[in-house]
Amino acid sequence: MNSGVITAMKPRTFRRHFRESFKNLRRNGWMTFAAVSAVTVTLLLTGVFLVIMLNLNKVATDIENDVEVRVHIKLIAEEADKEQLKMQIESIPEVESVDYSSKEEELQNIIQDMGSDFSLFEQSNPLYDVFIVKTARPQDTPDTARKIEQFEYTETAVYGEEKVENLFSFMKTARNTGAVLVAGLLFTAMFLISNTIKITIFARRKEIEIMKLVGATNGFIRWPFLLEGLWIGLLGSLIPITAIAVGYYYAEQALSARLSAHFIEFIGYLPLVLPVTGLLFIIAIFIGIWGSFISVRRFLNV
Amino acid sequence: MIEMQHVTKKYPNGVTALSGVDVKIKQGEFVYIVGPSGAGKSTFIKLIYREEKPSEGRVMVGGINTATLRQRSIPTLRRQVGVVFQDFKLLPLLNVYENVAFALEVIEEEPAVIYKRVMEVLELIGLKHKARMLPAELSGGEQQRIAIARSIVNHPKVVIADEPTGNLDPDTSWDIMRLFETINEQGTTIVMATHNKEIVNTIRRRVIAIENGRIARDEQRGDYGYEA
Repeated sequence: MNSGVITAMKPRTFRRHFRESFKNLRRNGWMTFAAVSAVTVTLLLTGVFLVIMLNLNKVATDIENDVEVRVHIKLIAEEADKEQLKMQIESIPEVESVDYSSKEEELQNIIQDMGSDFSLFEQSNPLYDVFIVKTARPQDTPDTARKIEQFEYTETAVYGEEKVENLFSFMKTARNTGAVLVAGLLFTAMFLISNTIKITIFARRKEIEIMKLVGATNGFIRWPFLLEGLWIGLLGSLIPITAIAVGYYYAEQALSARLSAHFIEFIGYLPLVLPVTGLLFIIAIFIGIWGSFISVRRFLNV
Repeated sequence: MIEMQHVTKKYPNGVTALSGVDVKIKQGEFVYIVGPSGAGKSTFIKLIYREEKPSEGRVMVGGINTATLRQRSIPTLRRQVGVVFQDFKLLPLLNVYENVAFALEVIEEEPAVIYKRVMEVLELIGLKHKARMLPAELSGGEQQRIAIARSIVNHPKVVIADEPTGNLDPDTSWDIMRLFETINEQGTTIVMATHNKEIVNTIRRRVIAIENGRIARDEQRGDYGYEA
């Protein structure tokens, strides 16, 4: 007897909800505007901040990845001894690559960097032959250097001790702070947007009450609101997504040209813009629907 | 049609609004519910459209036991019961046509049927020419007529009215009463809570008087019985 109400939604009814959701956006003009602008502002902030954080992270990672151990090989080492040292180094699990650079090559590098004055040293090269060692994780560099120091044919193993360790601890703090800020911003965005939607629905609780009085099922009442939430999310994401897509295009061009001299490289256009705008898009849709769902549910169950 | 057996309603705050109420209302009857303010009239009305559940006893409406009705099945009951309030409860952003059509949309009626039926009802209440206007552009009496149109558009077996003339001037109130009489003549049961002595004493129908949560009087063709 009571089962008559709970039937699958007819396509006609779904079209009705669709139409109704658009009409409601228009009928509740100011409320729609408030909700859409809440989404716009918070997503814009989140998006811009994400872009900055991701790029800082990229720069930090690049710098970290440049960290290497330079192993000076004892002058007395024969070819076979060098081979033995290389194998010893490679046997350290953290080590990713070991490259040999002879003292002649080293000198050429210096001459290239510092100028031809240094070609005087070609007469009597004061440098060592070196192994350039990279670890899989930059953080393992200090320990690895210490281990390499113990080997028989190692003169010294240098990696810029103090500086590198300071850099690592700074990067760690910066990353954690950034992650917390992004999480906080996302949370604020969700909270603000769902609250705005809640207020717009609160203003329409009478509407829900009347729908229930004339025998609307909860599903029937909920659908237009969920769709409205979806449209609000979509509308609100338009400006942030466009702003980031266009803004990063110019920002990347302008800054890359200026900073490439300092070996700082930003994330490429598409690899950054696609995930960030994609994320904003998903957040917008999710928050819109979820905000509506939570708010309507409150009034349905009373 | 409507049957209450030993119905008691206690609210969570300790107030007992009704106690030991036994009533039977047959299909097609026209019943006034009268009594002092706070006597339990509104609770009586709310029990019928399952806004409230009885604390004890049974309330049967059109064969449905409202006490055991599951939350999700309440719409089934509401579709058999039209409701009219003192404050009209129209949706301010929908026009007249949309407000009335709404009750049919929720039962997923065919669009062609909705149009035909809404126009019929608007014709009946004499507001067909104002179908595109918003409630705020109409007088109180006109708004109440739209609320009545909405309550009957899906052919409910019973229309419940809680002080339907409470906000209206005397002339308009008579118009509204004539509309209820017309609806009743077509076989719809009417249960109306009212304070309007003149109406009750003029349009003589069954009167159920509630005092202190009990039925004090139940007379066919009764009178208001209180000094207004």
